[in-house]
Amino acid sequence: MHTQNHFDVIVIGGGPAGLTAGIYLSRARLKTLILNEGTIGGQMVLTHEIANYPGVENINGFQLSNIMKKQAKTFGCEIRSNIMIKDLILDKAVKTVILSDGTIYTSDSVILTPGGRSRTLNVEGEDVFKGKGISYCATCDGDFFKDKEIVVVGGGNSALEECVSLTKYVSKATIVHQFDHFQAFQYAVEEASNHEKINFIMESSIVAFHGNENLESIDIKNLRTGEISNFKTDGVFIFIGYVPNTEFLKDKIKLNQWGEIVVNTDMETDIEGVYAAGDSIAKKYRQITTSVGEATIAAMAASEYLHKKQILQFTKN
Amino acid sequence: MLYTNLKHIETAADHAKIISENENVMVICGRMGPMCIPVYGIAEEIENQYSHVQFYDMEFDNPESHVIRSLSEVKGFMGIPFTIYYKNGKVAKATSSIQTIEQVTSILNQEYGNAQKS
Repeated sequence: MHTQNHFDVIVIGGGPAGLTAGIYLSRARLKTLILNEGTIGGQMVLTHEIANYPGVENINGFQLSNIMKKQAKTFGCEIRSNIMIKDLILDKAVKTVILSDGTIYTSDSVILTPGGRSRTLNVEGEDVFKGKGISYCATCDGDFFKDKEIVVVGGGNSALEECVSLTKYVSKATIVHQFDHFQAFQYAVEEASNHEKINFIMESSIVAFHGNENLESIDIKNLRTGEISNFKTDGVFIFIGYVPNTEFLKDKIKLNQWGEIVVNTDMETDIEGVYAAGDSIAKKYRQITTSVGEATIAAMAASEYLHKKQILQFTKN
Repeated sequence: MLYTNLKHIETAADHAKIISENENVMVICGRMGPMCIPVYGIAEEIENQYSHVQFYDMEFDNPESHVIRSLSEVKGFMGIPFTIYYKNGKVAKATSSIQTIEQVTSILNQEYGNAQKS
């Protein structure tokens, strides 16, 4: 007999994909629980203006997320956010999710929508000086660095474009990049290269942050020679891409070499009854609309899976 | 005004009144940006569990938020949000930039006492 903590479907992740799955599943009268480790809305809430979501002229990510959350709840979907998943068992007919507070949830199907997060350097001192010289958002913290000298880490569009935008405030910006070339589009490279306030340190990476109250200097390693030198700076902005939040799925489902979940066209993973959607799956384009579409497919496929399973049990009995 | 589901402080006078009339007050002073939104989200999530704490936000770019920006405890802060934990009207703790739920609840538990499940 199933307990109160048993659901037809558990959705892991509460971004646009997870909330869409929650809306579709609960509207189909399936007992649904969304478990989310961070803020409901995922990366979507960080988008200041969404102008290309069909049917909505202009909205910010936080508001769109609140509407999706309300929609899911209206249909009866349960949501728990800011939780921590300790373990999960996916390869059995009944799936189990164990939280760090000891709560155990079970379900007949699982949809994985854990999304992604900004990559950090993960080097000595990074945690200590976060908010005291280290930032991951030029729009948020740029004005704290007026007339100061900063370093920007990364070589993609975000790094170069954000570095150019930071020149409104800073007196000098140095881009530190691990390769001898940039991954950014040519226009972004040219804009940064032609800017009088921007310098470059290529084939190098930061290996340590130093300071007292605030960040004062960094150690930069030349990746070609191995030489480490100390570099004085007032701030470091880090833009080195995104990583899928799939560490907790390692050895539990099939992931590709980048840690992305491998799915088929029905959004089904290699485990029966387990589906995935959103930014954590292996795909080319990462948009709110693509996540919503994939989650719709995943929810409908999960519904069909449960329906077939019930028919099978009924005919067996 | 910030469009969170938290209560908002809009003037310095309101700020003074709130921290003087309440023993335990947490104020998140930020913008609607990627470092701030997760902290508002955490506060919204745990608000019911800490009924002995008043949770507020205040817009960083509102000139009235000078009452937070000029605190000696935030000197050297270079990342928003500035999150201030007041105890009996005085700053008990202040943090800069994005925080995890563990970091926030750890401060709340230490300064104000543990969560009281509603």
